[in-house]
Amino acid sequence: MDTSPYGWWFPPNISMHGAGIDRIIDVVHWFMAVLFVGWGIFFVYCLIKFRARPGHQASYQLPKAKISKVAEVGVLVFEVFLLVGLSMPVWSKYRNDPPKAEENPMEIRVVAEQFAWNFHYPGADGKFGRTHPRFMAADNLIGLDRSDPLAADDIALNNKFYMPKDRPIVLRLTSKDVIHSIWIPVMRVKQDVIPGMEIPVWFTATQTGHYQIGCAQLCGNNHFTMISDLFVQEPEEFRQWQLEQKSSGGEEEEEEDA
Amino acid sequence: MSHDDHHHGHSHGSAHAHGDHHHELGFWQKYVFSVDHKVIGIQYAVTALVFLFFGFTLMMLMRYQLAYPKGTFPSFFAKIFGAANMPGGTMLPEFYNQLGAMHGTIMVFLGVVPLAVGGFGNFVLPLQIGAPDMAFPRLNMASYWVFFVGGVVMLFSFFVTGGAAQSGWTSYPPLSNIAPFGQTLWLIGMVFLITSSLLGSVNFIVTTVQLRAEGLSFFRLPFFVWAQFVTAFLLLLAFPPLEAAGVLQLMDRVAGTSFFMPEGLVVGNRMVEVAGEGNPLLWQHLFWFLAHPEVYVLILPAMGIVGEVIAINTRKPLWGYRLVVYSVIFLGFMSFIVWAHHMFMTGMGTTMSAFFQTTTMIISIPSVIILTAFVISLFGASIRYTVPMMFALAFLPMFAIGGLTGLPLGLTAADIHLHDTYYVIGHFHYVVAPGTLMGLFAGVYHWFPKATGRKMNDMLGKLHFWGTLIFLNGAFLPMFWIGMAGVSRRLYDQTKYFHGDAVQDLTVLSSWSVWLLGIAQIPFIINFFASMRVGKKVSDNPWAATTLEWAAPSPPPHGNFAVVPVVYRGPYEYSVPGAASDFSPQFVAKA
Amino acid sequence: MSAEIKYITEPHPITGVSNAKLGIWLFLASEVMLFGALFSTYILLRVGSNHWPHGWEELNVPLATINTVVLIASSVTMVMAWASVKLNQFGKFRMYLGLTVLLALTFLVIKFFEYRPKFDHHQVWLHDGTSMRGHLTEDDDEQDYILFTRDADKEHPDVHHEAEKIERERIFRHSSFGPGHSNFFGTYFTMTGLHGLHIIGGVIVNTWLLFPGAVMFRTNRERFAGRIECAGLYWHFVDLVWIFLFPSLYLL
Ligand code: HEM
Ligand SMILES: [Cu+2]
Ligand SMILES: [Cu+2]
Repeated sequence: MDTSPYGWWFPPNISMHGAGIDRIIDVVHWFMAVLFVGWGIFFVYCLIKFRARPGHQASYQLPKAKISKVAEVGVLVFEVFLLVGLSMPVWSKYRNDPPKAEENPMEIRVVAEQFAWNFHYPGADGKFGRTHPRFMAADNLIGLDRSDPLAADDIALNNKFYMPKDRPIVLRLTSKDVIHSIWIPVMRVKQDVIPGMEIPVWFTATQTGHYQIGCAQLCGNNHFTMISDLFVQEPEEFRQWQLEQKSSGGEEEEEEDA
Repeated sequence: MSHDDHHHGHSHGSAHAHGDHHHELGFWQKYVFSVDHKVIGIQYAVTALVFLFFGFTLMMLMRYQLAYPKGTFPSFFAKIFGAANMPGGTMLPEFYNQLGAMHGTIMVFLGVVPLAVGGFGNFVLPLQIGAPDMAFPRLNMASYWVFFVGGVVMLFSFFVTGGAAQSGWTSYPPLSNIAPFGQTLWLIGMVFLITSSLLGSVNFIVTTVQLRAEGLSFFRLPFFVWAQFVTAFLLLLAFPPLEAAGVLQLMDRVAGTSFFMPEGLVVGNRMVEVAGEGNPLLWQHLFWFLAHPEVYVLILPAMGIVGEVIAINTRKPLWGYRLVVYSVIFLGFMSFIVWAHHMFMTGMGTTMSAFFQTTTMIISIPSVIILTAFVISLFGASIRYTVPMMFALAFLPMFAIGGLTGLPLGLTAADIHLHDTYYVIGHFHYVVAPGTLMGLFAGVYHWFPKATGRKMNDMLGKLHFWGTLIFLNGAFLPMFWIGMAGVSRRLYDQTKYFHGDAVQDLTVLSSWSVWLLGIAQIPFIINFFASMRVGKKVSDNPWAATTLEWAAPSPPPHGNFAVVPVVYRGPYEYSVPGAASDFSPQFVAKA
Repeated sequence: MSAEIKYITEPHPITGVSNAKLGIWLFLASEVMLFGALFSTYILLRVGSNHWPHGWEELNVPLATINTVVLIASSVTMVMAWASVKLNQFGKFRMYLGLTVLLALTFLVIKFFEYRPKFDHHQVWLHDGTSMRGHLTEDDDEQDYILFTRDADKEHPDVHHEAEKIERERIFRHSSFGPGHSNFFGTYFTMTGLHGLHIIGGVIVNTWLLFPGAVMFRTNRERFAGRIECAGLYWHFVDLVWIFLFPSLYLL
């Protein structure tokens, strides 16, 4: 247990952009702590000093409270800093700055369903085969059109996701049925997956290991089981894995948790 | 209010004002289909307290599942809930989801709002402005009964096939579109509740604008009236879009439209035969356009109560009264343009997120001002530690925690990690549970003497206070750590996640606190009912307060005031230098 | 009673309105938000759609035009009813308010005839992406096909089609031109339906004022005038909603 990297604060961060997110959360919490403690000291002081007791009278005069104005302006200034200095840059990178072609990103389609994550790899040709809802079936969860030549080498995985470290990953998120939300705690990635839309997210892992991908949006009875294994591998290991995959439009057997 | 108390009021001669018109009303007209704002207020308050307790009970059940996801419920529960919900003592996930969705719905729409607005607003507001009743008494009665029907529909939905609504209190489609029949009842119930709130808010605004006593200008209004006034506007303007959304979802469910369903949906590997072209996000916009102002509906009345209780028990004027009033109005306006901060993770672009982040940061400022004003009011005071004052004081740090933890959630970058985790649950519960509930309890203890002529017991009150304060924090404080670890909300079993398993101990701690919190309410329940009959009899103005409700007899008769009050000064003239006593009531010409 | 509720009839000296009038204005403000939300929905769905028909292609514009005239006329008679109360002419008041109710009922009857054919007319979408319009001649769950009679083509309006068999496995979906047909018809039925409910509400209120409520004409005419005025404000609002609905749904 004590060797588990998970504890009572952040889960481990293995993404490139995650540190920025952690930093802003840390900074905000220090800011909150300072405000709360400062405010609390004044509060407790008043509670004791100004308790009703014989011989003590309330004063009609209101305190000038210059310090409170200073504090309020201080709060405002700091909030502007949080907003413009910390939050917006991280966000715009997270949402508006996809990896460039020379970074050699790897694209994977994600098809969410009640209650599983399906991953559609383009395979060796780097091109996705055609898909259509009409083809979706128990043995073709992503609805791959098997008559399409591009589909021949595509790989479809159910609740298992393999990816190389140090290479940008772009997930194209779609949902078959209801709204889900992809949540990769160690990657500091969360994005609602909305039927009728295709939404991209991207990230780069800096460490290998076995992690989890979950669902953060209530999507039905077994929402809590909608967990996919996430295996981050060395690039070489990943290439090996990819070669071993027989192309499929189907799913694989559930694997026991290691 | 018991029968005895009513007669007691009469025998002391305080209620003779309307004696000449007096004709005995039957039991039904007097206590059930009454048009008297005080009776309606008490009806609202008692119904809402029952609903609050019910909603809390649902949560106590859920907390067992959360704490012991691999265990089974004691056979007693298994028997009550039957095989449909708890086969062999194992709570089914669909039952968990029903409890969760209904906990949220009941707490918000059947508990806090009816208590804060329907209960306190109805009972106190006309008294505080020196009015004989609400402007439209019969409309007032109608709004209570419409609310009541809405509540019954909601409760009834537990007993239909498939159970109650189970798509969260937010009812996001398409999930809610394909949910069992209970969701339809949820929508119908909501239409009733919304209608009730609309009728109520029209009544509050008209009453406040038209029926203030002579001399009671807007800036002499007690802060509580201001809070209710702004709240009424929020209800009036924010609820209709939800009503529209409710109608649209109802159409989706019963008339086969697809307002919220896009093309090509496949459920269980079968294509759903609908026209498609709908937009699931449309619902979220309409929903949050209501539901964010709704948050202020939940908090403002409680703030109003706290301001009142603090002024009275510090024996000095409220600091920055005008500033606070302006802040509340500003808060009201701003609450209409922050809604999309609930939707940062829907794939929103930078511009829109920048806009909503900024408005969210701006709206935090008036809250900071109000809170600051309340604390500064303590400076130079002579604080009486009465039971209502203890609750009001506790409100301040609790609301502060709730407000502060809203900051990281309003910053999109931080929200990536925190969105839809227990951090959010912790944040808004600090606002609405340790915050609002503390304020509402303060109000119950504070105005109980006005409603009954008797005071609630202090010993039991303090016991209730400490138990509540400690266990509320025990219940919600751990959630910040649970959320920080990454545990999502609405999870039937968090231990399936590595990070969830790591904080399971905190979840157990929270659960035990919730159950102890339930036990801590026993002194309150005893106190509430016992004090109606045997509580210490007190004068019309037991707290030595200045606002108009204390000019009326306790309990106030139909028509409220023996003499129509006239107002001579502001609401919080305490410890005025040179005055005869340490309070100068609004209704006394020369203090 | 020492304390009566004030400003029931007479206006408040500062606000200049009676309680009821302020109340009705507030109520209408909330109604604006309600229909505002629905209009926003309509715009959003229409903008986001890739085949939204023009209203006049699908809907009965002549009937709707007549209805527009009917509603405007009813607004006029409503004002006349109020004026008659003010002038203490009970007979005229009865006539004008009665006319208002009749016109409202006319509107509803026309609406009924506008709605009904939509439910008899069907469209079938096939898996191959094509679709056809016509009448469902037979839809028996036991059979694995339906019988469908196509509409006459636009070019040859007098060539009638025979009923044809369509196998169910070829069909993706079939629907009448009711609310489930498409978001166009969804919004059309929802918005006009909700508007229709408001009309029915107005009919109920006005009928009450016409018969039992009219007692107040004699007992407290000022207050009664206030009531008619409030009912009138509501009625003009309902009229106004239609004035927005008509072009948005039928003409654009
Ligand atoms: C005082 C005792 C209360 C406790 C112990 C409590 C506890 C909780 C917990 C643990 C959840 C999360 C459940 C889950 O995610 O599965 C929750 C959800 C919620 N609670 Fe409470 N709560 C309390 C009072 C309130 C009050 C007073 C309100 C509102 C005014 C409220 C409104 C909500 C809402 C809106 C949700 C979200 C429901 C959903 O996910 O759809 N709660 N509560
Ligand atoms: Cu999911
Ligand atoms: Cu889910």
